[in-house]
Amino acid sequence: MQVELTVNGKSRSDDVEPRLLLVHYLREVCGLRAANVGCDTTSCGACTVLLNGSSVKSCTVLTVQTAGQEVTTAEGLAADGELHPVQAAFRAEHGLQCGFCTPGMVMAAVGLLSENPHPTETEVREGLEGNFCRCTGYHNIVRAVLAAADAGHIEPAEVRS
Amino acid sequence: MSILGTRVLRSEDPKFLTTGGVYTEDVVDERLNGACHVFFVRSPAAHARIQSVDVSPALQAPGVVAAFTAADISELALARPMPGMNKQMTRPLLASGKVRYVGDPVAIVVTEQPYQGEDAVELVQVDYEALPAVIDFADALSDEVLLYEDAGTNVAVTFGDASALDEHLFDECEVVTSRTILNQRVAPAPMETRAAAASWGEDGRLTAWIPNQGAQGTQRGLARMLGLPVEQVRVITPDVGGAFGAKFGTDPEHALVAWVARQLGRPARWTETRYENLIAMTHGRAQQQTVTIGGRRDGTVLAYRLEVVQDSGSSPRIGAILPTLTILMTVGPYTIPKAEAVACSIVTSTTPVGAYRGAGRPEATAAIERAMDLFAAEIGMDPAEVRRRNLLAPFTEPHRTAFGALYDSGDYVAALDKVLAAAGYDQLRKEQAERRASGDTVQLGIGLASYVEITGAGDGEDAPPKENATVEVHPDGTATILTGTSPHGQGHATAWAMLASEELGIPVDKITLKWGDTDLIPEGGGTGGSRSLQHGGSAVRQASQELIEVARERAASELEASPADLRFSAERSAFEVAGDPDASVPLASLAEDERLVVRTVFTQPGATFPFGSHVAVVEVDTETGKVVLRRVVTVDDAGFVLNPLLAEGQRHGGIAQGAAQAFLEEVVYDADGNPLTASFADYPFLSATEVPSFELADMQTPTSYNPLGAKGIGEAGTIGATPAVQNAVVDALAHLGVRHIDMPASPQRVWQAIRTAAGSGGSSPWASTAKENA
Amino acid sequence: MIPAPFDYVAADSPQHAVDLLERHADDDAKLLAGGHSLLPMMKLRLATPSVLIDIGRLSELRGIRADGDEIVIGAATPHAVLAGSDLVRAEAPLLAHSAAQVGDPQIRHRGTIGGSLAHADPAADLPMALLALGGTVDVLGVDGSRGIAADDFFTGFFETSLEPGELIASVRIPRSPGAAWGYQKFVRRANDWAIVGAAAIGGRIALANMGPTPLRARAAERALAEGASPAEAAELAAEGTEPGEDVHADREYRRHLARVLVRRALENRT
Repeated sequence: MQVELTVNGKSRSDDVEPRLLLVHYLREVCGLRAANVGCDTTSCGACTVLLNGSSVKSCTVLTVQTAGQEVTTAEGLAADGELHPVQAAFRAEHGLQCGFCTPGMVMAAVGLLSENPHPTETEVREGLEGNFCRCTGYHNIVRAVLAAADAGHIEPAEVRS
Repeated sequence: MSILGTRVLRSEDPKFLTTGGVYTEDVVDERLNGACHVFFVRSPAAHARIQSVDVSPALQAPGVVAAFTAADISELALARPMPGMNKQMTRPLLASGKVRYVGDPVAIVVTEQPYQGEDAVELVQVDYEALPAVIDFADALSDEVLLYEDAGTNVAVTFGDASALDEHLFDECEVVTSRTILNQRVAPAPMETRAAAASWGEDGRLTAWIPNQGAQGTQRGLARMLGLPVEQVRVITPDVGGAFGAKFGTDPEHALVAWVARQLGRPARWTETRYENLIAMTHGRAQQQTVTIGGRRDGTVLAYRLEVVQDSGSSPRIGAILPTLTILMTVGPYTIPKAEAVACSIVTSTTPVGAYRGAGRPEATAAIERAMDLFAAEIGMDPAEVRRRNLLAPFTEPHRTAFGALYDSGDYVAALDKVLAAAGYDQLRKEQAERRASGDTVQLGIGLASYVEITGAGDGEDAPPKENATVEVHPDGTATILTGTSPHGQGHATAWAMLASEELGIPVDKITLKWGDTDLIPEGGGTGGSRSLQHGGSAVRQASQELIEVARERAASELEASPADLRFSAERSAFEVAGDPDASVPLASLAEDERLVVRTVFTQPGATFPFGSHVAVVEVDTETGKVVLRRVVTVDDAGFVLNPLLAEGQRHGGIAQGAAQAFLEEVVYDADGNPLTASFADYPFLSATEVPSFELADMQTPTSYNPLGAKGIGEAGTIGATPAVQNAVVDALAHLGVRHIDMPASPQRVWQAIRTAAGSGGSSPWASTAKENA
Repeated sequence: MIPAPFDYVAADSPQHAVDLLERHADDDAKLLAGGHSLLPMMKLRLATPSVLIDIGRLSELRGIRADGDEIVIGAATPHAVLAGSDLVRAEAPLLAHSAAQVGDPQIRHRGTIGGSLAHADPAADLPMALLALGGTVDVLGVDGSRGIAADDFFTGFFETSLEPGELIASVRIPRSPGAAWGYQKFVRRANDWAIVGAAAIGGRIALANMGPTPLRARAAERALAEGASPAEAAELAAEGTEPGEDVHADREYRRHLARVLVRRALENRT
């Protein structure tokens, strides 16, 4: 069936199976492969993107559910070749090693900071409880998110009801 | 200003942060156009005879291209056990006759589109005749039910002679204590699951994209399994989303994907699901250990014995030989007059066991560190003091242990003192005492671990470890390095560039690293066993230095001077005539007429032995048994630190995995061999809320074995953290009479230990759980 | 890892959804709101509906408002909205807190109260919270609307008293500003379901994962009503429960946890 949505600011219209998961739509149909599939049980968050500005696990959203809505992926964060403040902070703090969890982690962090611009360390850890990393032990990821919060450039989002 | 030892940000990161890494499933290549998708039908039974396999219903499903069973692949080589194993324990790449673990691949279904595969796989009909599962250590050792009838036993191999143990080993000891403890099975669970993509050229060559830890080893494995000369196989390593030891070599699935592509005359791709990953990627650890320790009441340890049963899973792979490393490191950093160790590896109807961060050494450290604490409790001495009294004195000349390990350099007492100071040990004990006195529901536990571990080993004394590197300087002032290492998060692109930059004077961001393509780099040892910096980094440095010497000759003729009169200025990346800086020639220009490239092999005399000490602080809720990890303070001394940012990252990741084993993660099977932790919802994978930020202290005791003075850091954090956290949990409850809690210290296990110690628990319910966890 | 094939239709209104359910009465049709109870099951092929009827964006099913002495919450209201609602935090803070415990932030952006209640996982947060608060589930069906009291809603393991063809339209919770409440969710790891959970408010005590449905700890409630202290009442927390066994806990440990958690909940702790 036909579905129309906006991905990283660009309108799209595609014919998809109802069961096509948003993560596979982004990767295979849109060619945006930063979001990764890391599990079967909505646990790991490697697929995290923003849907209307809120972080969601795109492996548990059907593409057809996003009709008329806006999806932002990691590829859509950087503007004019400059890293988004959260991306820059991840680099500065060595918050990534193998990189597989990273796009999802960054999107979750962007979502977190848009709702809570000045989190404590505990709030950062709880805010990222839906994103697994096997390489970093989370230590530098937490530092990166706190550093990005200090830099203070994150746009607040409304939680749409 | 030297760049070595500075916190250089990774050049890899912009790509990973914006468009993302290109992992095997992401690879877009014209050689893979039109690829079909491979799916595996896997056994739902732990141990059963295969009566029949009927793929015909699947062949009717939409998009199914083909389906194959063991009969179709009979020309492929068997998956051989490693040398030294019981040779009857061979098996074909697809199960035939019998399945031996839940997840054993039985058949293959190939589809046009990925979504069709899951639909089709469900339609394959396999008839199984169930056999009793073999899960428990005791059951396997009894040989009542054999996994391989022709082998006549479930023992794959033994190390040492259990009948020759010295019954007088502990005669002089005033105090002896013994315990059988579990180093439980865990899942490596890298964030990227296994995958493969294969394409055959018209020239009959195979090109395979596989996430791995060493393309050359994977290439050789593929060649052997497919019956091909090595030159006919090319392995390309895309970005790898973590490995931790479980992506070494070649898995049956890799070879089968390649075979399917050849059979169907079109490229083939495969990505496993997380479920498959948790049941069919090799597991880690899985040792049952009996530790016996004895000594004098003044804290001197006089004797130690370690008896290991290694669960190898359904077929003896790397896991079966890891006990040799455990035995090698039996006494750890201690001086113990009498020590002995034996091991045997058994097969069970569970997932095969392979290498997992530390691979045999964490098990040795966990055993002796638990034994040290048991001994300390027995004599009523502080665990730090017991350790201090038994640690080897500092040494700079290599020290050989009774088990044949040659420790290159170490100062174990300094590491212990340093970490105790950093942790504020005395203050922690004071706080613990206060909470005990006031009967707080939440008690404080302080756990220690001192460790030494082996990194960068070769293949024995006759085959010392080595690695190659090729460095080339281009006329445009950039440089390229080819390495035999295989990074998957460790940051070699930045680290090796730093080493080359130091010698060549070329900026890091103008240096490109290549790895993992066997056409480009036919030889290499890969990345694992914490070898890369000491071998691979040393090779890069050596190649860079040799390149300068080659360039010097060209510069001499260019400047019409003798080579001895030339000085290379790294600041300018140019040769100068000594005393006449205006007479100079840039390094890059010397590549204009003829390529400026050097390949070298660096050989190291032997393995190196990093060491350290960890302190873990936990809080235990004595009503619920819940453990909260509050602090982990570490000294991890791996000699020279090239890039502190990267080294700290390795320590953080290792500490987290080590701690996770101690109090959170475990693979569980029920009595029928069904895996109960086969998803990230069930397998207690560590999240950010379960660990604190870590406190790392710096200590660098160089090795003389390579010019950098570097040992390996990658696994050290894991090795120290597991026993530190386990000891902390037991320590929290020591005043209640608890002497030991098996890992992981789950809430129920902790609660049960408290009850048992209090005498109200009755007989332990853990007999049945130990059976399930084996 | 991916669902079996199905047909999908988006409903225009709650009534339209009811009509669609009726039209597909012989198919295996399911309602889809946030999809974070249903889609995980479908991805594991534990559920294989042939039709999904999407009600996730119907404005009639969203929103939170006060209505007399109750708060009315649209069934398709995501947990994050519930957790962040000033009205709910003021008037029924136990519910806001419960919604904030579900899964993780991404899950809370999608999962809805209606979906969670209809899914009826005995280990989940919102079913336990509803039972403790004693709310009402407003249901729309072919024969019109009806309200189901919380105590009558959960009937079995992942089963509710919803009839085929009915959808949850809203949930009504008594307003109780200032009432003391306690909530305990015992987990091994942050985004797990409760190994055991306890919620207490106004003399009602509800338990999660102590049986096939969320349960009232009635023996403990009676003791409390008769003047027992929290500690004394909590001793009876496990009575009438049928806890299961799994990798995290056996029955005996679950009973123990129930007693500890009920005591802590009665001490108004979160």
